[in-house]
Amino acid sequence: MKVLVCISNVPDTTTKIAFTDNNTQFNAVGVQYIINPYDEIALARAIELCEGGKGTVTVINVGDASTEPTIRKALAIGADDAIRVNAAPRDAYFVAKQIANTAKDGGYDFILTGRESIDYNGSQVAAMVGEFLSIPSVSIIKKLDLNGTSATLEREIEGGKEVVETPLPFIASCAEGVAEPKIPNMRGIMSARTKPLAIVEPVEITKVAEVKSYETPAPRGQVKLIDAGDVSKLVDALHSEAKVI
Amino acid sequence: MSVLVYVENAEGKFKKSTFEVVSYAKEIAKQLGTSLTALSIGNVADSALAELGKYGAQKVLSVSNDKLKSFVNQAYASIISSAAKAEGSKIIVLAASFSGKGLAPRIAVKLEAGLVDGAVELPELTGGKFIVKKNAFSGKAFAHVELTSEVKIISLVPNSYKVVEHPETATVTAFESTAAESDFGVMIKDIVRASDKISLPDAELVVSAGRGLKGPENWAMVEELANLLGAATACSKPVSDAGWRPHSEHVGQTGITVSPNLYIAIGISGAIQHLAGVSSSKVIVVINKDPEAPFFKVADYGIVGDAFEVVPQLIEAIKKFKEVA
Ligand SMILES: Cc1cc2nc3c(=O)[nH]c(=O)nc-3n(C[C@H](O)[C@H](O)[C@H](O)COP(=O)(O)OP(=O)(O)OC[C@H]3O[C@@H](n4cnc5c(N)ncnc54)[C@H](O)[C@@H]3O)c2cc1C
Repeated sequence: MKVLVCISNVPDTTTKIAFTDNNTQFNAVGVQYIINPYDEIALARAIELCEGGKGTVTVINVGDASTEPTIRKALAIGADDAIRVNAAPRDAYFVAKQIANTAKDGGYDFILTGRESIDYNGSQVAAMVGEFLSIPSVSIIKKLDLNGTSATLEREIEGGKEVVETPLPFIASCAEGVAEPKIPNMRGIMSARTKPLAIVEPVEITKVAEVKSYETPAPRGQVKLIDAGDVSKLVDALHSEAKVI
Repeated sequence: MSVLVYVENAEGKFKKSTFEVVSYAKEIAKQLGTSLTALSIGNVADSALAELGKYGAQKVLSVSNDKLKSFVNQAYASIISSAAKAEGSKIIVLAASFSGKGLAPRIAVKLEAGLVDGAVELPELTGGKFIVKKNAFSGKAFAHVELTSEVKIISLVPNSYKVVEHPETATVTAFESTAAESDFGVMIKDIVRASDKISLPDAELVVSAGRGLKGPENWAMVEELANLLGAATACSKPVSDAGWRPHSEHVGQTGITVSPNLYIAIGISGAIQHLAGVSSSKVIVVINKDPEAPFFKVADYGIVGDAFEVVPQLIEAIKKFKEVA
C-alpha cells in the first residue's frame, strides 16, 4: 500500500501575526515554522495504517528550500520518503495542481491532507486534488478506517457526523479525532537525515487568485469589568448596550 | 450573466446561513447590475424554494432527485458547475459550511475559477477589480484576495453577513441532474445529527468553558446557561483532549473558528491559540477568577470571580430577565 500525505509549512501557533511592506507581506522575521498541526494528524494516521510493513508513507510539500526542516521533521515522525515541489506555494489552486501532477503516476492508494492550513485557512487543497485526479474527496474527517478496497470515513457536518464509504483511491482532509499527532523518537530523528527527499520542478499554471494585502483585527476597547456580586448588570449590558440578547 | 448562489438544505429545509448567502449574492448581483439565480439540490418543497424570492432570487433552479437527497460531493459539484455554465454565471456564491468546503474547490477546478474560501465581507468592486476579504492565520488576521480568473467563487462564513429582505418574485424551474454515474462513488452509510443542539459554526450565541471548570461533571451549568440563551456550547482544546467534551466543540486555532454575536468564556485563560478562533466574535464576555488572565485583554465585558459562584447567579439573572422580557 502506498500513501501520500500533503504537509504544509506554517508559522508556529504562538506566532504574533504581523505584516510589512504596507501590509502586503507576512513578517517572517523570527518566526518559527512547524508542520501544519492538522497535517500532523493526517501523517500520524497514515503511519498507523502502514505500520508493520503494510505500506509506505510519502510526504509531499510545495515549497522552496526553506521548508526542508519541516519535511525532515515529517520523516523523523515516521514517513518513509519525501517529495518537495520546488516552488513558493502561491495559492491553493497552484499547490493542488502541483500535488495532483506529482501524484498522478505515483500509484497511491489514498492521499491525506489536514483539514486546512493554519495560515491561509483555505481548506481547498484536498478537494481540488480530488477533482484534478478525478477521485473522490471527503473533506474534514474525524475517523478513517480501511477495509480492503474501500475506506470508511466519518465526516463532520453541522451538529453531527456523517459516515461514508469510499472506494480507493481517494483523498481526505483530516481533523482532530483521526489520530493523535506523533512525537519523533531519537531513532526517527537520526534516520530522517538519510531518508530520500526528491525535489521536483513545478508545472506552470495561470494565476487565478492573489493576496493583495493583509489586515489585523481592530483592537477591542477597554474591558468593562462587572462586579461578581452584581451579575444582573451583565445581563442588562448585554441587552441594552451590546444588544446581543 | 446572472450571479449563481447554491442554496444548501439540511433534510429538506433551508437554514439561516442559506438566507445569508442569498442576501450576500443578491447584493453582489445588484452592484454588478445583474440578476440572481439560486440552485437547490435535494428534495426541498416548492413553497420553500419560492420563498428564496424574499431575499432576492429571481430564478430558482431545482434538482430534485432521490439519489441526490443527501450530499454527494462529486455529483453536487458537477451539477453546480453545469448550472453555472447554463446560466452563463461568472460568479458563484455558497456557504462555507462543512459541505460547502468540500464542494467549492471541486467546482473551482472544473471551471478554472479562483476561489475565496471563507469570505467575511462583500467584495470590493472598484476599478474593475474583484477583491474579497477573508479570515487568515486562523482568525489572527484578514487577507484581501483578488480573484483574477473569469469565473469567481466565494464561500461565505456563516454569521458574517446579515439576512436582508429584497423581495422579488422567484420562478422555480426544474433543472436536470448532469451528474455522471462515476460521481456516486462515495456512499453515505449513516447520518447522526443531534437535533436538539445548536450547531457551533452557525451559532449566534456561544457559551464556552475551559479547564477552569475542573471536570466534565461540572458542565451541567454551562449547558443550562446555553439552553437558556439558545446558545451553542464550546470548549478549549485541553477540555476536548481530556475527553470532557467532544472534539466538535473545540474552538481555536486548531479547532473551529467561530464568529458569533456573543461569546461567553468561562474558566478559559485566553491562550493565543484559543483567541485566534474566537477573536471575530462581536461581543466577548470573560468569567475568570484570575484578574491577570490574558482573555480579559480582548474582552468587552469581564467578571473576575469563581465560575462556580458566578455562573449560577448569571443563570438566575437571565431567568429573571426572560420573565420580564
Ligand atoms: C499547537 C497548539 C495548538 C493549540 N490550539 C488550541 C486551540 O485551537 N484552542 C485552544 O483552546 N487551545 C489551543 N491550544 C492550547 C492553548 O495553548 C492553551 O493551553 C489552552 O487554550 C488552555 O485552555 P484553558 O484556558 O481551558 O486552560 P488553562 O490555561 O488551564 O486556563 C484555565 C483558566 O481557568 C481559570 N479558572 C480556574 N478555576 C476557575 C474558577 N473556579 N472560576 C473561574 N475561572 C477559573 C484560570 O484562572 C485559568 O485562566 C493549542 C496549543 C498548541 C501548542
